[in-house]
Amino acid sequence: MNGPHDLGGLQCFGPIRPEENEPIFHDSWEKQVFAATMVSFGVLGPIDSFRHAIERMGAEEYLRTTYYEHWLAAMEIRIEETELRSKTPGREPVRPEDVDLMVPTGGNYFREGEGYEGRFVVGEKVRARNINPLGHTRLPRYIRGRLGEIVTDRGNFVLPDTVAHDLGENPQPLYSVRFTSTELWGNEEKYRDAVYIDLWDSYLEKVS
Amino acid sequence: MGQLFGESIVTEEHKHSAPANPYLEKRRNGEDTENLERRVAEIESLLIEKGIVTKASLDRMVEIYEKDLGPMNGATVVAKAWTDAGYKKRLLIDATAAIGELGYSGLQGEHMVVLENTEKVHNVVVCTLCSCYPWPVLGLPPSWYKDAPYRSRIVIEPRKVLEEFGTILPDDVDVRVWDSSAEIRYMVLPRRPLNSDKLSQDKLRDLVTRDSMIGVKLANSINE
Repeated sequence: MNGPHDLGGLQCFGPIRPEENEPIFHDSWEKQVFAATMVSFGVLGPIDSFRHAIERMGAEEYLRTTYYEHWLAAMEIRIEETELRSKTPGREPVRPEDVDLMVPTGGNYFREGEGYEGRFVVGEKVRARNINPLGHTRLPRYIRGRLGEIVTDRGNFVLPDTVAHDLGENPQPLYSVRFTSTELWGNEEKYRDAVYIDLWDSYLEKVS
Repeated sequence: MGQLFGESIVTEEHKHSAPANPYLEKRRNGEDTENLERRVAEIESLLIEKGIVTKASLDRMVEIYEKDLGPMNGATVVAKAWTDAGYKKRLLIDATAAIGELGYSGLQGEHMVVLENTEKVHNVVVCTLCSCYPWPVLGLPPSWYKDAPYRSRIVIEPRKVLEEFGTILPDDVDVRVWDSSAEIRYMVLPRRPLNSDKLSQDKLRDLVTRDSMIGVKLANSINE
């Protein structure tokens, strides 16, 4: 969906203000939101569903609130959507030793040998499709319709657009694609600056 | 007509007077904080009541990210790459495996790619859609990385943003901005500081900052 999270290229947010000696968490409630989210992914759905919940928290709220407030809003949305209050998940509680295993293991989004063969090869010119899906997508607006070049084929990865909606993993080739700064923004050609972004096969179309 | 459009009509002074994200109040007042605390407490109780988590597991999660994970891990990777050519080669071919050799792996670093800065190429990392960041090597991201100004601006005016961080690059250096739109997580391998040939890996490690591994700054020089 074209939501407030899709920030690339906007010019209305002022300067970047790094904070000296910033603590990892500013408040105890931030720690609590972080931990509660991290240990409940298994029950509240995949990370893509969580990201999509943030996208739907409300545009005004999204821009007005901080990172962990986004997480909190997404947790509340996912608790409603998964109807957690009215059911009892049949599993043992996550224990500290499970956390010790979970953090260094993580997930795996790569699906070797699954899904289809890529339609594009390294060096090929491609165009990002001009799509405006109402659901979750990882194709930002500033890339849509632009001409780029395939730089690396990363192999097949699960597709967030369907994973987020519980519609299956649908592994597809993922590519690193280079878009010049001139193509994206009309920036001066004297620089060879570029954005490199990871895009799934179905986000791209052939350039004849 | 052309002069009426674009930045030519906006003075430098005008641009700099823009407030930091005018939509975002970074600090909450007492009442807001109480409200947030109440909301999160409710979620915690629900998760505990449903038998999903224990209080001890929540505390352990926080402890790991406060104590074990942070840019010191990435700095160890970088210092090793600067001093061990074989390691650097493995790191650039399969970063996940090479970083794993040093004991760093897992959540938000499952599929790592390391980007080497050179005399002709400068890499910098962002996530315009959310705030994806390589947790095993850099820990949790700083606020500025997650906030709208950086996420919106680095892709459209990377040189201007880098300049604000004090990083001024020659015109003939390619600036490559990596937008982390998938589950690939990026870390920059900064250039080794000049005259650092005699330094041990431990001393080199001290020159590697978080910001140099995001790519908004260079590694510290010997004098810093």
